[in-house]
Formats: sequence, structure tokens, C-alpha cells
Amino acid sequence: MAAQSAAVPVFDALETGLEIGRREIAVTRSDLVKYAGASGDFNPIHWNNDFAVAVELPGVIAHGMFTMGAAVQLVVDWAGDPGRVVDYQTRFTKPVPVADTTGTDEPGAVLEVVGTIGAIDAEARTARVDLAVTNAGQRVLMKAQAVVRLA
Amino acid sequence: MAINPDLQGRVYPPAEVYDVAREKIREFARAVKAEHSAHFDVDAAAALGYTDLVAPPSFAIIVAQRADAQLIADPESGIDFSRVVHAEQRFTHHRPIVAGDRLTAELHVDQVRAMGGGAMITTRAEISSESGEKVATTTSSILVRGEGQ
Repeated sequence: MAAQSAAVPVFDALETGLEIGRREIAVTRSDLVKYAGASGDFNPIHWNNDFAVAVELPGVIAHGMFTMGAAVQLVVDWAGDPGRVVDYQTRFTKPVPVADTTGTDEPGAVLEVVGTIGAIDAEARTARVDLAVTNAGQRVLMKAQAVVRLA
Repeated sequence: MAINPDLQGRVYPPAEVYDVAREKIREFARAVKAEHSAHFDVDAAAALGYTDLVAPPSFAIIVAQRADAQLIADPESGIDFSRVVHAEQRFTHHRPIVAGDRLTAELHVDQVRAMGGGAMITTRAEISSESGEKVATTTSSILVRGEGQ
């Protein structure tokens, strides 16, 4: 568990276009099995390669909800409180194929997440963080937006 | 089997209650690589003013997908789960979900659109506490791929 920063973002110091941070998320097949168990989504396209190929996918792909759920952690850590994320949405535009690297230290895919202030609502005291999420240079989420309430 | 266009407008009433447990919040938080202490440590959550561990922003998907399962399992729906791809998702939190919550979900089938040989289905789960307090609204669009899609 990472140490928490006590600093809550100062609402009046925010401006559109400000980058709140960026991070890389390494993904393995084991992560997908864990996400399946934690979420209850056992669709075999997320853990069985033959099955995924048989239904015309490139191979095992990450749960869209894994990518969505992992990407927002940048926003949670910036906001300093998970409950400040009052709205979060995305479109899933590209699947994230995860190679089988079992038995090695290599990730099966790497997601890159960059968060930028996309809009500010002075009346509601909320900021919209727009997330750019890419895998191998391709955007995998579109319109990934988290609204953060900063009282 | 084609998707049944008459699904649009259908409402599935709340089924079983979902008990939000501390260990499930911790397990889900680890599964989405969350590191915030309010997901793991009751004292850290209390320091932020919560009665118990706080769920990650996408935790409500567990409750929403249980509600969606009613639709997918409905023999009248015509949905082949193996051909389902998640297209869009939104969470609107009326208040944070915390351990100890007992949640129910009412599922609304808001839209069914034919797309190629398949269909795009938009569902909305209205998640409430047992006492009827609104907790979250989740909206999901799933694409059921036709053959060759």
C-alpha cells in the first residue's frame, strides 16, 4: 500500500489543461483471473485463449472494466479520497490483448494513463479529469472522464 | 438467435440484496490495482469521515452486472454471453459505497438497437440501500456481436 498524500487538490488553483499525473499499469493474465474473481465476470474471453479465438477475438483480452477500474486510480490518488469521484464514464474502443507471460516477469500488456483537467464547474466545485488511456500507442478508452468533487 | 427488440423498456425488479463486505472491498481494490488506504484500513477510512472501508469508484459494477445477469439469463432475451463486448459504462455516485451497505438494484433496459447482425443494448441499474436511499446509478452499453462481427 502506498503512503497517502494528505494534500487535497486546491480547487481554485486548477485550470483546464493542467496534467494531474500519469502512470503505467502492467497487466498479466494473472491480473485478469484476479479481476474475474473479484468482480464475478467469468466470461472466458478474459482467461481462455482458444475460447477467445473461437469467438473471433485476437486472443485473451482484458475486461473493459479492469482497464476502467485501474485507470481511475490515478484520479483517486490525486483527489486524496475515493469518495470524491462522483461520476466516471468511458467508451471501450479497442480491446486490450494480454499476452500469456506466465512464469516470467514480463507484463502481458502495459497501459499508459495520463490525466488532464478537462473542465471545471465553479458552482458545483467539481473538476472533470479526462483520462487518456493507451496500450501499445493506441487509445483503448474514449471519453474516459471522472468528475471529482472538491468541497 | 436474434436479439428480442421487445426487451426495450423492460424493468427487472430488485432481486437479492448485495452485502458489501470489507474483504470484498479489499479484494476488488487489489484487483484494480488501487492503493488508497481508505479501501484497506478502517482507521484511514474513518479519518476521511467514513463509517467503514470505502469502495473503489467502479465497485458498483459487481451489483450492476448481477442485475444484468437477469437479462442475459432471460431465455426471451436471445443474448449469447460469449459474444458480448462491453461498449460503454458510466457510474454516477449519489453517495460513496461503504462496507456494511446492503444494496439492491433495479434494472432498466433503456435501449435496444440492431447493429449489423448484432445489437447494442443499454441498461441502467438504479442501486439503492435496503431502506430506499439512492446510492448509485450505473449505465452499461453492451454490444452483442453478430456472426463475423
